[in-house]
Amino acid sequence: MRLVDMAKVIRSKNAGVDKITFDIIFRNEDYYHKACQSSALTADAIAKLFNISVERISDFAQFDPANAIKFTIYRRVPSGSPGDPDIFGSQQYAPLLDVEIDDAEGQKGGGSGQEHRSRQEAAR
Amino acid sequence: MPDRGLRFLCPNGHLGFAPLHTDSFRRGLASGVDFIVADSGSDDIGPGPLGSDTSVSPLTWQTHDLEQMLLASRRLGIPMIVGSAGDTGTNSRVDLYVQIIRELAAKHSLPPFRLGYFYSEVTHGRLFEELAAGRRIEGLDGRPHLDADTIRRTDRIVAMAGVHPYIRLLDAGADVIIGGRSSDSVLFAAPAIRSGYPEGLAYYLGKVLECASFNAEPYGGKESVVGEITGDSVYVTAMHPDQRCTVASVSAHAMYERANPFYEYVAGGLLDMTKCRYEQVDERTTRVTGPTFHPASPVRVKLEGAGKVGERFIGMAAIRDPYVISRLDDVIGWAQERVRSAVSAKDYQLYYHVYGRNGVMSDMEPVRNPKPHEVLIVVEAVAGDPNVAHEVCLMGTRQLFYARLGQSTGTAGGVAFLLDEVLRASPAYEWTMNHTMAVDDPLELFPTQVITVAS
Repeated sequence: MRLVDMAKVIRSKNAGVDKITFDIIFRNEDYYHKACQSSALTADAIAKLFNISVERISDFAQFDPANAIKFTIYRRVPSGSPGDPDIFGSQQYAPLLDVEIDDAEGQKGGGSGQEHRSRQEAAR
Repeated sequence: MPDRGLRFLCPNGHLGFAPLHTDSFRRGLASGVDFIVADSGSDDIGPGPLGSDTSVSPLTWQTHDLEQMLLASRRLGIPMIVGSAGDTGTNSRVDLYVQIIRELAAKHSLPPFRLGYFYSEVTHGRLFEELAAGRRIEGLDGRPHLDADTIRRTDRIVAMAGVHPYIRLLDAGADVIIGGRSSDSVLFAAPAIRSGYPEGLAYYLGKVLECASFNAEPYGGKESVVGEITGDSVYVTAMHPDQRCTVASVSAHAMYERANPFYEYVAGGLLDMTKCRYEQVDERTTRVTGPTFHPASPVRVKLEGAGKVGERFIGMAAIRDPYVISRLDDVIGWAQERVRSAVSAKDYQLYYHVYGRNGVMSDMEPVRNPKPHEVLIVVEAVAGDPNVAHEVCLMGTRQLFYARLGQSTGTAGGVAFLLDEVLRASPAYEWTMNHTMAVDDPLELFPTQVITVAS
């Protein structure tokens, strides 16, 4: 199933001047848990999708109260610097729409589990 | 219903950026509130406004919202609080809002009231003193600690206030408060903490209200919401008849435009939302319990700084010929090379944003071999000398027209120009500071002032 069919919100936005944060809010708990267990939505998979090193992901969190997965990346340059094409960081989520969350894969539990990790230190 | 707590009306997030809607504002006022509070700043707008000390919000929209809030505040005899005045919270923006308030008071012949305000700008000298004293100004988000060179290439610096100047001004009897740069949540947290409510709930109240109806569903900005704090809960209620604050919409807002949904730093400590519980109490209201606050010592204040990079020009060229589109890199390479050989100045930056290929996402674009039927190239040139920036942009744009591709059938020009000129844009700035600095007294960077406004 594609993420765009499982989520009611998929968005990106500045988180301060040096980061862009991505929110994926699922339509229901079932979809959320499927996505949490999928290997298509891990920090490594996100890094690959966006063509960035995994060190550029500062935070990757599963947020139960909102049935949401959230991750944050370091910008290449601070927002609004010369050459920055998206000052608000608000159009960087599009590649997420077509991510396939595989049912079978979910049952294998090959994903990132319920952990919440902050990779901030690793990136320094 | 709970015992009546302290009730806050938030009509707008980033006041001035777009006008508030008056119907839900009036409905919120009618529900009975103790404070009217709105944040007016954002760093989303890029470094230019702070660096050049300007607003991106039009004066008429700023005045519209301030007028709505002021008239309601004076009619009901409840305080009104606005933080991060005029997009950036610089001293000139605080002065601007103070002036608007004075003019509105005169226009409406309002009875005398107490107007409190504070500044947030930090001088270069102050930061040099910190460095000289060996006190570290720590970089956030992977930035190195602040050095003297970075201070020198910064035009303007603001510090992010915590609750402290707001509490000071409320203690001084201010009816209306205009704040310099501030964390959004503290505008709401300050009155609640001053009234003795738990800090965790107080900061959470601010966190959830600061963007007004962004915490409600269905989506619809600039509508009023009301938050109420009691001894153990925060209640948040949508005021637009078609909007609801639900467990989903309120919890989702905890994530909004922050790196992490569990923690938020302010001057003075850390809001911890890991134990938040959400519960729907009526159709339009969600109750939140469980946020906690971890005070920090010493208090570290966040600094924002912006510095000018240079003058900036923008050119545009569009391409429809599929053969030329298939050779985009060669077209751009040709123009870049012409700029390199023809422009004697070397101190410039030149960027090609190719819309239709990867103009929005640049290096992060996962689509590798797009087949657009047309593309737009936006050429961005920046240099200290405006004449150089102009020459680089014009050469870098016009030479796209002359690119030599061998097999192109279009020998009368390889691009279409919307304009046969390049446009002067606002100067280019960059965020030079995203740092924190320890202070002995959380008020020391935020001088407060109270005056009486009599029309």
